[in-house]
Amino acid sequence: MKKTILSAAIGAAVLGAASAASAATLADVKAKGFVQCVVNTGLAGFASPDASGNWTGFDVDYCKAVASAIFADATKVKYTPTTGQTRFPALQSGEGDVLFRNTTWTISRDTALGLNFRTVNYYDGQGFMVPKSLNVKSALELSGAAVCVQSGTTTELNLADYFKANNLQYNPVVFEKFEEVNAAYAAGRCDVYTTDQSGLYAVRLGQTNPDDHVVLPEIISKEPLGPAVRQGDDQWFDIVSWTHYAMIQAEEFGITQANVDEIRKSTTNPDVKRFLGVEKDSKIGTDLGLTNDWAYNIIKGVGNYGEVFERNIGKGSPLKIERGLNALWSKGGLQYAPPIR
Amino acid sequence: METRNLSYVRDSMLPPEPAPDNSRSSAAWIRANLLATPKDVVFTLLAIVLLAYALPGIINWLFIQASWVGSDRSVCATVVQGGLQPNGWSGACWAFVEDRFAQFIFGRYPLDQRWRVLLTLGLFIALLAPMLIPKAPKKGLNALLLFVVFPVVAFFLLSGGFGLSHVETPLWGGLMVTLILSFVGIAVSLPLGILLALGRRSKMPVIKTICVVFIEVIRGVPLITVLFMANVMLPLFLPTGWTIDNFLRALVGVALFASAYMAEVIRGGLQAIPKGQTEGSESLGLSYWQTTRLIILPQAIKLVIPGIVNTFIGLFKDTSLVSIIGMFDLLGIVQLNFRDPSWISPVVPLTGLIFAGFMFWVFCFGMSRYSAFMERHLDTGHKR
Repeated sequence: MKKTILSAAIGAAVLGAASAASAATLADVKAKGFVQCVVNTGLAGFASPDASGNWTGFDVDYCKAVASAIFADATKVKYTPTTGQTRFPALQSGEGDVLFRNTTWTISRDTALGLNFRTVNYYDGQGFMVPKSLNVKSALELSGAAVCVQSGTTTELNLADYFKANNLQYNPVVFEKFEEVNAAYAAGRCDVYTTDQSGLYAVRLGQTNPDDHVVLPEIISKEPLGPAVRQGDDQWFDIVSWTHYAMIQAEEFGITQANVDEIRKSTTNPDVKRFLGVEKDSKIGTDLGLTNDWAYNIIKGVGNYGEVFERNIGKGSPLKIERGLNALWSKGGLQYAPPIR
Repeated sequence: METRNLSYVRDSMLPPEPAPDNSRSSAAWIRANLLATPKDVVFTLLAIVLLAYALPGIINWLFIQASWVGSDRSVCATVVQGGLQPNGWSGACWAFVEDRFAQFIFGRYPLDQRWRVLLTLGLFIALLAPMLIPKAPKKGLNALLLFVVFPVVAFFLLSGGFGLSHVETPLWGGLMVTLILSFVGIAVSLPLGILLALGRRSKMPVIKTICVVFIEVIRGVPLITVLFMANVMLPLFLPTGWTIDNFLRALVGVALFASAYMAEVIRGGLQAIPKGQTEGSESLGLSYWQTTRLIILPQAIKLVIPGIVNTFIGLFKDTSLVSIIGMFDLLGIVQLNFRDPSWISPVVPLTGLIFAGFMFWVFCFGMSRYSAFMERHLDTGHKR
C-alpha cells in the first residue's frame, strides 16, 4: 500500500491533538447513534458503491460488523471516504471512529502516527502478473523483464529489493498513476505488472482477455491490512479487534448468517452458547461495554469472516480472489482468533 | 436654395438587392472557404482524409458497437472476460452510464428525497432564465430572489428543516455537487471580487493592504492545497467536538479562491477606464460609490466579460478537485463507480470519462456562448 511522507508528516505533527480527541469513543458512538467509518474513496471489492449508491465491500462490511456489535443494526454506519493522504488525519482528528481502509499495519503507523493496530482482516502482499504467453511459472524466472510499477509507493521499493536480493536484472517502467500503469501493461509496454495481489485480480479482470494473464504465486512483501483506531482508548480498540475475532470464530464454528438463529436455539455446545450470548451469568459482552449477544448480532448483521470474504472479493464476486493466506488457521491460512471465553 | 424638385437627386433609399447568386449558394461558400487557393485545396483534402480515417471508427465504437442496456458488467465484457460479448469486441458501455445515471446526477442522495433536488433545480432555472434574458423585466427583484432568497430556500430544501428530513452533505454528490459548488463560487466570487478589486485600488492603506494580502496569498496557493488544508488540517486545530461540515469547508475554499482571481480580472477592467471618467463624474458632484456604481463599474465589467467568464469556466472545472478530499462531484462519482466490481470491464472507464467530459463540455460551452451573446448585446462602441 502507498505510504507517503506527507501523510506521515501530517500525522506526526498532530500527534498531540490526536490523543486528546480519543477518550471514550464507545460512549460518543452510542450518543450519536452511529459509527463513523473511514473507508477508501473506491477500491474494487473493498469499498465501492452499488447501483443505488450504497457502500459495499469487504472493508464496508467490517464497518457494518462494528455497528452490529454495538447497535444490533448493521445500517448504523456513516462513511468518510478518504484518499491515501487524508485517511490518517481523518482518524486522528476524530472525524472518524475507526479506519477500515485496506491499510497496511507497519511499526511507524502503529507508533509514530498515534494509531493502534491489532487484527489483520486481510493478509495481502505484493505480487506479479504476467501474460500467460511468457510461460513464466515463478517470479525467479523474470530476469531481464520490463516491470510496470506505480511510482512513489512501497511497491516500487519492494520490487527493487526483491530483484536485488535474488540477483535478477529488470527494467522498471514507472508511472505516476494507477490508470497509466494499467494502460502501459495492456499495451504490452512491459512484461510484468506488480502491485498488491488483491489489486492484481481487479487489474486482471480489466484486461481485454483476463485468461491470458496469470498472477504468479510469489508474494514479495508483507502487507497485513487491518483496522486502525486512535491510541488511548483501549475499550474501543478491544471492540474493533474482537469484532474481527468473532467473525473468524464464527467461521470456525460453522455459524453463518443463515443458520445463526437456529444454532442459537438448538446448540448444546457450551463454547457456542457462550459465544452467542445464551449462556447464563456470562459477562462476555458486558465486559466489552456491549451486550452479551454482540457476537450473535455481528453474525446476524454481516455473516462470518468466510461469508464476508467470498461475497465481496472471493468466489461470490467478479474478483474471485483465493482465500490463500486468509484461510482459517485450521485450513492452512493465517486467520486465527484467540479464545472467546 | 430650392433642391426639392431636382429630379436627379433621390430622396429615399433604394431597397437592398439580394447578393448575386454566385456569392450565396452553398457551392459558392465551399469555393470561397474550402477551395480558394491550391493550399486550401490541399488542406481541405487532408481534413477529409483525416475525418474519413477517424470518424467511422469513432462512430462505430461510440454507437454501433456500443452496449446500450444491461445491469452488470456481463453486457460490456467479452466471453473471455466473463461477459456476453463476442471475443475481440470493443464498444462504448452506455449501459453503465444508464445504470448509474441517477447516481451521477444525485450522488447518494436518498432515493425518496430526490424530488427536493429536482425542485431546487426547477426553482433555479425559473429564476436564472429571466436573469439571463436581457429583455425580461424587474432585474433587481429577480437578482434579489436568485442571489439572496434562493440560496436560503435551496439550503433548507437540500439539507432539511421545516419538516423535511435531514440529508447530510456526505450523501450529496454527482452533478448536483458540481452545480452547487459552481453556483456558490460564482455568486460569491463576483461581488467579493469587485470589492477586493476596488479595495486594492483604494487610497486607504489598511483596506488596500488587507485586499492585497488576501489576493496574493490565495493566488499564490494551489486550490488543492486550500481544499486539503480546509479538509484535513482545519479539524485538527479545532477544539474536540467542533466540526464544520466538510462540504461547507470546500464551498468556502472554492469561493475564496475564485474571488481572488475574480478580483484581478475586475481590476484589469478598472484600469482600462480613463481617469477622465472619474474626474468627470466627480465634477458633477457624484460620491465615490455613485461614481463607482454608475460610471466606472458598468464600463469596466463590460470590458472584462471574457475574463470573468473564463474564471467561471475555470471554476466550474476546478470543482472536480474536491474529489481529492473525499467528496464526489460529477467526475469523482463517475470514477468511483469504475471501482464497483460488478462493472469492471476495459471499456467502462473510457465510457464513463467520455460521459463526464461531455457533461462538463455542455455546461462550459453554454457559459461561453452566453458570454459571447452578452458581449454582442452590450457592445456600445468599443469594438474596433
